[in-house]
This record gives sequence, C-alpha cells and structure tokens, in this order.
Amino acid sequence: MSRASSGAGISAAALPGSLLLEDSTTGLSLRVHEGIAIIAYDQPGSPVNTLNSRVAPVFEQFFLRIEQDAAIVAAVLVSTKVDSWIAGADIEELQRLTAPVDGERLSRGGQLLLDRLAALKKPVIAAIHGAALGGGLEVALACHHRIITDHAKTVLALPEVQLGLIPGAGGTQRLPRTVGLQVALDLILTGKNVRARKALQMGLAHELVHPAILLDVAMHRARQLAHGDRSAVRERDHGLAERLLEENSVGRAIIFRKARESVLKKTRGHYPAPLAALEVIERGYQESFAAGLLEEAKRFGELAVSPECRQLAYLFFATTSLKKDTGLPAGMSVTQHPVRKLGVLGAGFMGAGITTVAVQAGTVVRLKDGTIERLAAGVKAVRDVVRERLKKRQITRVQFDDTMSLVGGTVDYRGFANVDLVIEAVFEDIDVKHQVLREVEEAAPSAIFASNTSTIPIRDIARAARRPENVLGMHFFSPVHRMPLLEIIVTPETSAETTATAVAYGKQLGKTVIVVQDGAGFYVNRILAPYLNECGRMVDEGASIDEVDKALVQFGFPVGPFTLLDEVGLDIAGKSGPIMEAAFGPRMQPSATLRAVIASGRLGRKTRKGFYRYDADGTRQGVDESIYAMTPSGARRRPLSVEEIQQRAVLPMLNEAVRCLDEGIIRSPRDGDIGAVFGIGFPPFRGGPFRLLDTMGLENVVAQLDALHARFPGRFEAAKLLRARADRQQPFHP
Amino acid sequence: MATFGNGRRVAIVAGVRTPFARSGTLLKDYTAIDLGRLAVAELVQRTALDAALTDLLVFGTVIPSVTAPNLAREVSLLPHFPKTLQAYTVGRACASANQAITDAADQIALGHADVAIAGGSESLSQVPILHSRGMSDILVAASKARSLSQRVSILARLRPRDLVPITPAIAEPSTGETMGQSADKMAKINGIAREAQDRFALRSHQMAAKGLDDGRLTAEIAPVTVPPKHESMLATDNGVRRDSTYEQLAGLKPVFDRLYGTVTAGNASPLTDGGAAVLLMSEDRAKSLGYTPLAYIRSYAYAAVDPGEQLLQAPVLAAPLALQRAGLALHDIDLIEMHEAFAAQVLSNLQGFTSQSWAERGGFSAPLGEVDPERLNVMGGSISIGHPFGATGARIVTTLCNELQRRDAQFGMLTVCAAGGLGHAMIVERT
Repeated sequence: MSRASSGAGISAAALPGSLLLEDSTTGLSLRVHEGIAIIAYDQPGSPVNTLNSRVAPVFEQFFLRIEQDAAIVAAVLVSTKVDSWIAGADIEELQRLTAPVDGERLSRGGQLLLDRLAALKKPVIAAIHGAALGGGLEVALACHHRIITDHAKTVLALPEVQLGLIPGAGGTQRLPRTVGLQVALDLILTGKNVRARKALQMGLAHELVHPAILLDVAMHRARQLAHGDRSAVRERDHGLAERLLEENSVGRAIIFRKARESVLKKTRGHYPAPLAALEVIERGYQESFAAGLLEEAKRFGELAVSPECRQLAYLFFATTSLKKDTGLPAGMSVTQHPVRKLGVLGAGFMGAGITTVAVQAGTVVRLKDGTIERLAAGVKAVRDVVRERLKKRQITRVQFDDTMSLVGGTVDYRGFANVDLVIEAVFEDIDVKHQVLREVEEAAPSAIFASNTSTIPIRDIARAARRPENVLGMHFFSPVHRMPLLEIIVTPETSAETTATAVAYGKQLGKTVIVVQDGAGFYVNRILAPYLNECGRMVDEGASIDEVDKALVQFGFPVGPFTLLDEVGLDIAGKSGPIMEAAFGPRMQPSATLRAVIASGRLGRKTRKGFYRYDADGTRQGVDESIYAMTPSGARRRPLSVEEIQQRAVLPMLNEAVRCLDEGIIRSPRDGDIGAVFGIGFPPFRGGPFRLLDTMGLENVVAQLDALHARFPGRFEAAKLLRARADRQQPFHP
Repeated sequence: MATFGNGRRVAIVAGVRTPFARSGTLLKDYTAIDLGRLAVAELVQRTALDAALTDLLVFGTVIPSVTAPNLAREVSLLPHFPKTLQAYTVGRACASANQAITDAADQIALGHADVAIAGGSESLSQVPILHSRGMSDILVAASKARSLSQRVSILARLRPRDLVPITPAIAEPSTGETMGQSADKMAKINGIAREAQDRFALRSHQMAAKGLDDGRLTAEIAPVTVPPKHESMLATDNGVRRDSTYEQLAGLKPVFDRLYGTVTAGNASPLTDGGAAVLLMSEDRAKSLGYTPLAYIRSYAYAAVDPGEQLLQAPVLAAPLALQRAGLALHDIDLIEMHEAFAAQVLSNLQGFTSQSWAERGGFSAPLGEVDPERLNVMGGSISIGHPFGATGARIVTTLCNELQRRDAQFGMLTVCAAGGLGHAMIVERT
C-alpha cells in the first residue's frame, strides 16, 4: 500500500550509556545505562540480523558479564537494524551440515544458550521492532518479557517447517508454554506470520508500543522488573475452554490427534517436518521440557540433512536469487521505469486478476473492456478478492476503499495517455491482439505493451507493432492473486529497458519472475503439454480418469491432470493443443480422449461439465463415466500401475524441460525449476524438474526414456542435451 | 483574452462527474465523500494527470457530514495523491461547487497554485438525522456523569417526545420558507404560468435525453459501480424522463401551495445524489503539460437579494456584473447554462434579465436583454439531469465548457441560484 511509512527502529547512534563490550565480527555490543544493560545486534554487511555459530559465544560472554557485574540489574535486547529484529538462523550455514549429528549438535548449542538466557537471575527484556522469525523468535521466547512495536513490519513467526525443518532452539517447547498448545501448533505447523496486535492478543508479547518509545519503555520496564515490580505485567488470560482442553492429557491427546490428521491431509506424507514438530511438542508434554528439547535437537538434526529440507532450501535460495535478478544478461544494466499507472485490456478473469494484484500493490489501473456490463463483472471480481482481505481483517476499511479507488473502469481509451505499461488479456485471437496493439500504440505512445496470451507467440503479436522493442509477454497464472509465478516472454526485438521494467514491476506485484524466450507454449505450458497429453493417452488406452489423477497427486502435484484441465477450462486446453502440435510435431499431439471430450462441448468446472461431474452449486461429484465411451478403448477400463502412470506422465515433462534449456527458452535450470514449482505446482519437495533429474540420475532417466520410446515410438525420445549430460555424467545442478 | 483580478489566466482543463441518481435510488449507499472520491479519481485517471502536481483541492457540499466535516480533505486523501495535498471544504448552498471553483481559480490567479481540483458532492439519500434537543442534553449530561447511578438517573429523564428525531428541512432559516414555497411565490410575483413551467420542464427532459443518447452528456460521466452489491455499473443519469409528455406534467398536483400554487414535482429539480469535479490550471502550466484546455475563466460574480423577497432571483444581479467584468454583452455569449432549481425560477430569472427595474437595482442603466432559447441549457439542466446540491456547479461548468468546445464557440455564461438569496454567474472563453 502507498501508506507504508519509511523505516523505523532503534538507531545505533541513539543508544544511551557507555560501551562495555563489543564484537565487531558479529556486530553484537553490550552497553550499560543507569544499571540496565543493552545488548544491541547489528550484523555487519547485512540488512537483517541472523543467528549463526559465531554469535553464540559472544552472547555467552555477554550473559556472563550481566550475571557477574553487580552494577547491572537487568538487560534489554535490541536490534539496530531498520524494521528488522532477528530474521532467524543463517540458512546457508544449515546447508553445510552433512550428518544428522552435526545438526543435532548445532541445535543443542542453541538450546543451551537460550536455557542460560532464560535462567539468568536478572530480567532480560526483548524490545522488538521488525521481524522476529525462527531463531529470532526463539531468542525472544527465552527472554523474560517481550515488548513489540505496533507497526506493520513487526511480525513474529516460526517458519521452519516451510524449509522442511522444525524450530531447533527450544521453540517447540517454549511456544506452547507461552501461548497455549492449540495456538502454538497452528503457528509451528504452518509457519504463519503473526502481526503485532495479534501477537499481543495471543500472549506472545506482553506489551505493544509505538516504535518511537520502544527503547524507553523497555528500559523502564527492565528497571521495574529488576525491583520485583510486576504491576505493569499483564499475564495472558487462559480462557476456560483452553484450560479444559489443554490442561489435561486427555484433552491434549484429542488436540494432537486432530493436528496429526490435518497435517497428513495437507502433506500427504511428503513433508516430514510438521509431523516431527508435532511429535517433539508431544514429547515435551508427555515427559518434560528437557526431554522435549532433546527430541527437538535429534529431529532437527535428521531433518536438516533430509532431501525434503535440501530441496525446499534450494527453492528458497532460487527464489531469493530471482528477487535480485533484473531479467537481463549478467552485468548488463539499464534504466528501468517505474510503473505508476497500468492499463489492462479485457476485464475477464485474467484481466480482473491482474488488476487485483496491481491495485493491491498501489498501482493506478485503467481497466478497459468493450461494454459497461463486462467492465462491471471485472470490477466486481477485483472487489471480491480485495473484500476477502477486508473480511479477514488483513486490511482496514480505509485501505479497502483506497485499493478499490485505484480501479478506473473505462470503455474507451481516455486516460491511457500516461499509462506506463499495458497488459492485454483480450480474446485469444491474433487479429484481436493486433487491433488492440495498434490502438494502444496510438493512445499510449510510450507505454510498454505486454500480452498475457498463453498460446500465441509474442513475435507474432509484435509483428503488428510500430515499436516492437516495447512488446513482450507477461504470462500470469490463474487465479492471478494466488499463483506466485509470472513468466515474462521476450522476443529478439524486445529492448532491455522493456524487459527490466516488466521484471521489476512483476516483482512489485509480489510475483516470482522468470524471463523466457519466445516460442509456442513458452516454458510452463510447453512442459505441461506432453504431461497432459500422455495422461490423456493413458485414458485412451483404458486407464481411468481418477486413477491417473490420484497417482499424480500421490507423486506430489496439488491436483491431478484431469482436475487441472477441468479447473483451467477445456476450451483453453483445446486452443493450445493444436498450436503445440503444429510447433513441435507428433510428440505434442493431443490425446484422442482430450479431443473427444472437447468436441463433446464440455468446458470444465465453469460449465459444471468436464472430466468430472459437478452439482448445481459447483461441488465436484465423481468422474463422468460417460466419457469412457468416447475413448478409443471404449467403456471398459484396464487399470495401470501407479508407477507406470507417474513415469509416463512425469518423464515427458522433465524431458521437455531439458529441451527448453537446450533451446535457450529458459536461461537456467534454476528458472526451469522455479517455473514448474510455482507455475504448475510441481512438487516442491522434489525441487523442480532439473533437481528431480539430478536426484534420479540422468543415466537412469535416459534408460527409462529409451525403454518407453521402444514401447511408444515418437514421444519419449530423450532430449539431446539430456543424453549428452548423461554421457558426461554432468548433472544440471553442480 | 482577459484575466480577472489582474491575475494569471485560469484554464478549465476537464471536468468529470458521477452519474446523477435520484436520491434513494441507485447511489443511495454512497456517502458524499464516496461520490466526491469517485468523481475525482476518474478525473485524475481520465485526464492522465500526474496527480503529484496538484497543489490544492477545494470541494463544496451543502449538508456536511458530522463525522467528517472537511469533506475535501477526505477526498484529497485518495491514494492517487500525495498525502501532502492540502484541501478544504466550502459552503455557498447550491453554488458551493462554484465557490470551490472560483476559490481555486483565485489561488491560481494569485500565483499560489498551478494545478487545482475543485468540485462538490452531495448525498441527499444520506442526510443526517438529528436527535432532539432534549435527547442531546440528556446524552451529553449522561456522558459527564461520574457514577452509574447518576447516569441512570439522568437517562431516566428521557421522555417519549425526546425520541422524535429532527430531519433538516430545505427551508430558509431566516424566513422559515421552504425553497419550493419561495419558487411558488416567485411564480406569482412574476406571473409565470403553470403551462410555461411545465413546457420548460418538458424541454429540459427532452434536451437531456438527447444529450444522453448522442453521448454528449454521457461523455462527462464516470461509470460507477452500484452499491451495495457492486454487481452492475451505472454510466448514465437516472432522473431523465425521456418519455414524459406535457399532459403528464400538467396533470401533477402542486406540492407547496395546493390551492393557488404552480410548482409541482414535475417542474422542480429532484433530490439527487452525485459528485462532480473540474481540473483547473494556470494557462502556462496547462500548456507546459501539453493540455488543450476546454476553456478559460474570463470573469465571475456573486450577488445576493433579500431572501424574504425572491429567494432565487440573485442570478439577475450576478450575471450583468460578471458580463461587465468580462467586458461583454449578452449577445456576445454563445451558450448559456442556467441552474434549473425550478422552472419558475429559471423563467423568473430570464424575465429579470429583460427588466429595467432589476437592471437599476443592480446599478445598471439597461437590462441584459432576451436570452436566445437556442443557446440556453442545450442539454437540459437540473430539472432533468438532477441536482446534488454541492455538485451542480461543477456539473454546469463541465457541461458548458464541453459543449462550447464541440460547437467551437467562443463565450459561455453560467448562472446558479442558491439558498439565502445568493446568486452566481461566470463567463468562460475558449481562446
């Protein structure tokens, strides 16, 4: 939102008192002012503070001094970073762990340090402004009192499970004992962020203050607590329901059972971390805090070297590196222009979705469609999504009104003169695209023109342009406000400035952006096509629809291929199929089943008729068995093994991804992995197509492809690059 | 080319308004602030203005909100603008938007501003209903009570009559006369026949219908979503009765004076919800930003009459003053937009323009003369389009300037009558 204020926090220069100890390597310092010690953290060369193996001994030394120095009565722990407290453990350091025992040792070290902090006889106050995440929050939990700032940047979380880990410095034990078991499970099993006001409510923090008085209040409270004055400390009120359920083993058993069911349903057994967290917390309740800690360290060590953790950490680093990627060749830099006003053509599902994310990012949007009725439907769709955030109290009424006021609906090109970027989401027809392109070049002469097409090559659209250097593709995924990926497609004529501007704006919209070269299907839809086709062919041969869907959900996809087709809409699949076949030949030929189902007029969920049946409310019923009669094998079904389904569906996708890399459609295996995970929902715990290829072993994959090629000539021929790398035993990721 | 007050010339760059909807209908769930924000947001978008260049926002409203008295400030806090855009609200009854526009123009002429947005908005669906005096006294006393028992004993003083709310009437505080009664009185004094009023009202609806159909009126309208469901959008005015007939109008009963009156719901402007805004710039700034202004402000004037006499007759005093300041005569004027509070008022004003005695009351030796009906309210007026009090002035400026440009004509005049016996006139010029 445009309301975001400039950074706040405690500045190093404003710290009172005299310096006692300082460690320049870690950026930790200890000062004392009128009997109160101030531990300040300012990690050199980093915008945020992290916890690494070097800080532990320094903290240890500080704690000792605080304990022994009679002049010190209490301590306050602060960060002097702007809008950030302690962002968690140093993940790169975790990556270097090789054996479970190393991770366990690291975890034990952190636990002992924080035990020592918690056991200090002098009160320590965590004065928190900005993010306190993971290990950062664990440090805060070990402090005796927590004061947080009433500020949008102040968020607290234990996000370890998102990286395939569990909190490893006592968080699994201290959090439930601080906020109650149910709340703690919710936070630890999802890793979700807690905003300041909510943190106060749940008892995670004791006090909420304005950032400007954080240090003063913390110093004052430290002095009070040192003198045993607890009058200002409001203890968390455990509601009756909470006490009845949580303060006896029967109630807790119910909570744990429900939590386990919910975790299994969500992870389908692919992610070990949440279950491990659950067991560690349970151990703490069944035995003791100390036993819980030992189990925490053990499981942390195991998880830290698990393949799931490695893949999730890889995706974390890949995403982080894409955030810094300008989309241009390394070393090249150009002026990127801010997009202050966006034009969106077409108020349909995609146009409205793009408008939604743009206004939520504070951009003024000119949304154009041909009629007031279509416009109204589009604005309504935007409103519904933003309203959901209001209902969930993620935004205030004023923010809601402001966000909606940024949507300017129009049926003509008035107001386009100063748009910086136009994204078209009009009908997928080359003539319509050409027409709007010419109109935009007239109405907004300096604007960048981006097409949200998913099927038409960008160079074909750019052919009508007077300024082809301003033309590129911005391929959003549906629903736009939920799907994290943006595929930006450049042609040889697209200027570097245009690319850099679109990439920067895509990031501003909160998207993970990959830049790909032009070509049928670009990257994401291109690797999806052979996967969907092969799934269709298995049904051609007699496999049943739900059997294929189930096997691929079991593989780790969020939904199966036929469910996906129903959701996206069969008309869209029907359009792209022939285009892909024309571009790549027989290996991309749509299955007979898919062609027949499209020809039967089924459009998927939106018309409540697709591969599955839907009732009047749109709730899905079973497979539409009448489809089988349309398949070459007829109504009789012949089961296929889960392994064969997974192999035949996934290998063509991996193979096609390698072709894309070979042809330069994608710039790197990293982009290919990210595109598949964030665009298709490729299982994150497998890291992406290239990571999976490396895991499976390239020679093994080639052998499997060769075998399939022998059975089904024409579709499984191993990509040249894949074979070459297999021969050289050169994985895609070093 | 002329300037007023020896200042810099002020350009009217563009104007935008919400649809005008009869109160209690499609826009009833929007507050005046919402309506103002809708008009201004679209003005900024449609003109492709770099909103950060705006120096000033002035807005008019007649019935201010108790909870947000400075409506203009709420409008200026739209996310399109920097929070540093200063803004204030003005009140001059039905000429409030005109007051906003001339205030902003003054600031530009003086050199205090280069880019200003001025306008007004009104929701007559959301008129504040007040507690009775007795109720207010008791509530205030109760809020100051020191104990619960004290509070209970104060609240126990409430009597049924205290619960009767007060709805603000559109009546003159000084005379107690409602505006309709004043218009009826003017019809009698000036001998404006019922038939003339109904024919004028019919003309207003027919002209407005034409303006909506051929797109001239719709061009100034920002489409807005219709609350509370926001499932549809409104892009046209809903008060224009395109199939009204003279017979229908003639059949309506007088509302204010049931025995001898001639003013009916059909020949008066309806209660309306809406917002309107114009973009003003110094001539130099408009040029340097590449805008071709619709028109420039050549002169303006305000005047007043005794509200107990002919409440809505002050345009007769304001118009000659504005023309004199412009150095122009009535026959120089290509188009005239007169606010139609009532047909009786417009016809009384027109009659006043030809009256020697009204000329002399204004200190002029001769009357302005006859207004050519071909040049008057060529797309209807407040009777048909509607009249959200605070917004009308900006609507009229917009309608006049757009039509001047379409006709490639040189001079335009607008007049607005207002409660309190106030009147306004402005002369605009194309080059």
